[in-house]
Amino acid sequence: MRPVLLIDFGSTFTKVTAVDLSSEEIIGTSSAFTTADSDIGTGLEAALDQLRRAVGELAFEYKLACSSAAGGLRMMVSGLVPELTAEAARLAALGAGARITRVFTHELTRRDLRAIEADPPDIFLMTGGTDGGNRSCMEGNAEKLRSVSPRFPVILAGNRQAADSCEDSLQDFKVIVCPNVMPVFGTLNIEPVQREIRALFLNHIINARGLSRASELLSGILMPTPSAILSAMKLLADGTEREPGIGELMGVDVGGATTDVYSVAAGEPSDINVICKGLNEPYAKRTVEGDIGMRYSASGIVADIGEKWIAQCAGLSESRCEALMDELAADKSKVPSCGQDVLSQFDFALASGAVDIATRRHAGTLEEAYTTSGRVYVQMGKDLSRIRRIVFTGGSLIHAADTLGIARHALFSGRYPMSLRPMKASILRDDRYILSAMGVLAEREKEIALRIIKRELVNLGEIGSDDSL
Amino acid sequence: MEQGNGKKLVIGVIGADVHAVGIRILEFAFREAGFDVTNLGVMVSQEEFIGAAIETDADAIIISSLYGHGELDCRGMRDKMNEAGLEGLLLYVGGNIVVGKQDFVDVEKRFHNMGFDRVFPPGTPPETTIECLKKDLGVE
Ligand code: B12
Repeated sequence: MRPVLLIDFGSTFTKVTAVDLSSEEIIGTSSAFTTADSDIGTGLEAALDQLRRAVGELAFEYKLACSSAAGGLRMMVSGLVPELTAEAARLAALGAGARITRVFTHELTRRDLRAIEADPPDIFLMTGGTDGGNRSCMEGNAEKLRSVSPRFPVILAGNRQAADSCEDSLQDFKVIVCPNVMPVFGTLNIEPVQREIRALFLNHIINARGLSRASELLSGILMPTPSAILSAMKLLADGTEREPGIGELMGVDVGGATTDVYSVAAGEPSDINVICKGLNEPYAKRTVEGDIGMRYSASGIVADIGEKWIAQCAGLSESRCEALMDELAADKSKVPSCGQDVLSQFDFALASGAVDIATRRHAGTLEEAYTTSGRVYVQMGKDLSRIRRIVFTGGSLIHAADTLGIARHALFSGRYPMSLRPMKASILRDDRYILSAMGVLAEREKEIALRIIKRELVNLGEIGSDDSL
Repeated sequence: MEQGNGKKLVIGVIGADVHAVGIRILEFAFREAGFDVTNLGVMVSQEEFIGAAIETDADAIIISSLYGHGELDCRGMRDKMNEAGLEGLLLYVGGNIVVGKQDFVDVEKRFHNMGFDRVFPPGTPPETTIECLKKDLGVE
């Protein structure tokens, strides 16, 4: 037996997964509650105790971890034009597993600087201009940022001609110069920035986040949890040289406060008569909806999709739903009791709404344009209509009674015919919540991690859009 | 090929126009003449021209329109550029910018009034435009 330990430090739970590298099997998993203010090591000890009681003492060969504790990796990004470099910076940070607290466009203002000081980020990603393009934006912003305290690491990833002067302005900061996120108009280059974000997270953020004690227990790798999940999704889709993947896929994780959507797909148009516009989005793309979640952001779901929709989906009256919303607002830890109660019906509707909204915001869209020679289509973002697999992870989806009923809302819908979501798909459920652990394990053992993911995900079968064409 | 002259152009076909060939030829010709070209292709909105010009710090925006609706599509372009901080940026238009055979002097006047610096009649060879660009941008 060659046991290794994988740890996921969450904001409320610390989860541990023990894997035997020889048999390629999961020996056991357990999780323990962590309060916001208790040291992160306490939760880990409790989870390990539980694991020991279940499977006995194990001599781990190594211990690796991912973390979203203490607010996760908090980033601010700045760019020039909102839908160009600012969007490129946002996509880069999200894909690296960050929580984006602010996006700034054009020049930073005094108010922006005060907002930065009031709630400083772990990392500031500064972009603007193509290579050889606009440099005044980055140069001006760096000059303005120089007076801000406290200091935080700044990644410069805009017009390469602006880097020298920005570096001079930011002498008191830890500055990392990276290739441009948009070197040529419309073309993304975000991997170099993402590598730097992860390196910074590992080497600098950990200490600041009270994770240092825990990191002494680890064997080196520590990454933001969403980045581990995206990495697991990518591994599952692409496979390795020796172990095939399952092909392009989508992933959905509905949490209490936010909803994450992943897609590992090229997203090219299905039809040659479609004209693509906007940034060419990344092959492995992550989006986060900060206003969509089962508890802290339940009101965001209702605000977006409407009370009527939620009531109809839950099979409850609107006034009943309103009362339930009030109950949830008062007690965020409320969960449905076993069996069929009203709250579980309501949760079904909230989860369905969350999946619907978040996948629509993630997927690309088609727009019809009437020209003198007839209709043409313009595509923005990725076409995910041909994706045939969707992975569901996260508590509210794993434990739901009717996962397929919820999952249906990730598919193409006649209500939103211009949203390019999958026409039909097999639904894979991460029952034991192993994706983040496998994303971390993949840093050392790609093939083993992939085989475990393929074995562990439960295929609930294929569903089609009700109103597919 | 000439050495790069350091001047940056943003080009594209405006509106719902899908004529894709001419703009490729212009891209090639401008590049050969030493310009740094960002070609946005067909069906380009005013906002796209402006966003690209800001990010690339362009020296000129060159709009092509072939399907006859150029006048409608170009309306308000200069105002939007001013709004976006691109005051005074060189702005050209050409192709078949209006329907049918109209008196070009008249057409030119209308586009000048809309804030276009130069307006080219149908069949203008790329060389003419390149000469104008060099003159207006002070190349050579
Ligand atoms: C091929 C073609 C099409 C193809 C386009 C295929 C494609 N994806 O590219 C299709 C069939 C789709 C098509 C459709 C239409 N077309 Co058509 N099409 C043509 C055609 C035959 C050739 C265009 C071409 O590629 N020429 C070759 C290139 C190299 O030349 P160019 O495009 O003119 O570009 C050069 C110059 O104009 C100049 N130039 C262009 N832009 C600019 C800008 C500046 C600043 C400068 C200085 C110079 C410049 O430099 C270019 C390079 O030398 C022309 C007729 C013709 N012979 O020109 C009609 C023509 C352009 N089409 C025309 C029309 C009306 C249409 C339709 C409206 C027809 C309809 N009712 O369905 C639709 C519009 C579709 C749309 N939404 O855009 C008219 C436009 C009339 C007008 N403006 O008054 C033309 C002139 C035919 C005609 N005589 O009636 N078309």
